[in-house]
Amino acid sequence: MKLRNKEKDVIALLRKSQSVSKHNYITEDELKFIAQEAGVSYSEVYGVATFYSLFSLKPRGEYVIRVCESGPCHLMGAKSIFKVLEKELKIKVGETTVDDKFTLEEVSCLGICNEAPAMMINEKVYGNLTPQKIREILRELRKKK
Amino acid sequence: MIKELKSPLRVVLENYGRINPESIEEYITQDGYEAVRKVLREMRPKQVLSEIKTSGLQGRGGAAFPTGLKWEFTAKVKDIPKYIICNADEGEPGTFKDRAILEGDPHKIIEGMIIAGYAVGANYGYIYIRGEYLLSINRFNKALKQAREHRFLGEDVLGSGFNFQIEIHQGAGSYVCGEETALMESLEGKRGNPRFKPPFPSSSGLWGKPTIINNVETLANIAPIILKGADWFRTFGTKECPGTKVYTISGQVKETGLIEAPMGITLREIIIDHAQGMRDSKFKMAQVGGAVGAILGEDMLDVPLDYHSLREKGLVLGSGAILVMDETTCALDMLKCFLKFFKRESCGKCIPCRVGTKKLLELATAISQGKGKEDDIDLILYTAKVMQKTSLCALGQSLILPISTILKYFRKEITEHIKGRCPTGVCKI
Repeated sequence: MKLRNKEKDVIALLRKSQSVSKHNYITEDELKFIAQEAGVSYSEVYGVATFYSLFSLKPRGEYVIRVCESGPCHLMGAKSIFKVLEKELKIKVGETTVDDKFTLEEVSCLGICNEAPAMMINEKVYGNLTPQKIREILRELRKKK
Repeated sequence: MIKELKSPLRVVLENYGRINPESIEEYITQDGYEAVRKVLREMRPKQVLSEIKTSGLQGRGGAAFPTGLKWEFTAKVKDIPKYIICNADEGEPGTFKDRAILEGDPHKIIEGMIIAGYAVGANYGYIYIRGEYLLSINRFNKALKQAREHRFLGEDVLGSGFNFQIEIHQGAGSYVCGEETALMESLEGKRGNPRFKPPFPSSSGLWGKPTIINNVETLANIAPIILKGADWFRTFGTKECPGTKVYTISGQVKETGLIEAPMGITLREIIIDHAQGMRDSKFKMAQVGGAVGAILGEDMLDVPLDYHSLREKGLVLGSGAILVMDETTCALDMLKCFLKFFKRESCGKCIPCRVGTKKLLELATAISQGKGKEDDIDLILYTAKVMQKTSLCALGQSLILPISTILKYFRKEITEHIKGRCPTGVCKI
């Protein structure tokens, strides 16, 4: 019976590679290595890596801020959430702060619609966001070394 | 934990918030794994299929395909091995029911998968959980470990001679992977591009083998049906759509959260009785079924929200997501938001969807900036119709529904933008 081989599964390998990267991304060398490990072509690995939104081929900040911009969050004020974050971090969506601390991303539904507007920072979920709440969250994260 | 708004009835959510989801012992005290025991000791696979068929259970992911029939197709196929997949790649905006079930009662899904495996002769199951649902993944992992320790999973389950294993696959961020064939591609470690159908997964699914793919909520109904019987199940809901549905409510209402109710509850009942009414302003519209769902106006407040009643009106219940919008909302602004979502999530495999989603967003954006032309609205509708006829999967095919229904109610409001005015003042022209 054919079963998924975690050692050769491109998605699992990409996740592993990104999780150990300090800058939350996958390098070109890693892509080549994964292609060898999985026994598939480099282009296939590149195709997979660029398909899924949780993977990045560009260095990102220590904290990746992923703000939901789908219907429920949009309706409950996601726009103002972006505005506050852009102003506080002095970056636009898709960019990383100069100190490599934060990256701001716009994402599809995170499934936290009952607490819209919502976002995730790395693995943590934040809901019912307000400008003040965001400033507090950033202040806490900035304190961490 | 997600807030549950007083549910009138609990089948799927019977244990939700009432037991510690990380304790198999607590699950067992609530008749947990009794359905597996019953099936393995007292029922032949054919009897299980017949019970599920008689119950009239339909797929709760949105397509409402009869579950018993789906299982029967796969049971009849001679090819082995066969696979069971639980689709927990919940990505439909406004939907968070599968997350609630996974976080609140993971063993119920394991039970449903074991029974499905026994019924069709599959010995291996995968649950595809979206990568963002870390708590769900965590809880499910713990539940799997406990189930193995108690010998509900593994070789020779409860001494019956039946073997069943389950493994988690963690998604990596993609809406279209909720589409069953795209999900299988992804499970195989590839890009989540949908496949051509036929062949259907029932005969040629994961690695080309017969595969059953069911939504989380569908599988959560299996153990209750086996324990209490198909006739009991049919006492809830409507004749055409038996059972309950978990609805998730978001938007501009006083209380957001989830409820389980008999199929056929109305939008008015949900908003007034469960969500405690509108928050600040009057009701304008609701989108039912997620981003691919239809816009319902005031005249639809009393339509029963079940698959059959909505289908008769050319609408869909989908995942059961309900996004309620009040009068301060601009119809065009929301349309733009849905279109942006589709453009981002289109996988790019087929041209109608790849180009169409981009064009639609460009047209709607131009109108919202006062740069639209009179016939742009018809062009939007026409583009969506072409996409409906020519796209490969449901993503491109379904856009017509939110677009045509929002135009049915708010064409005038959208046309105002072309004349240089946003009636609600949301769009900056």
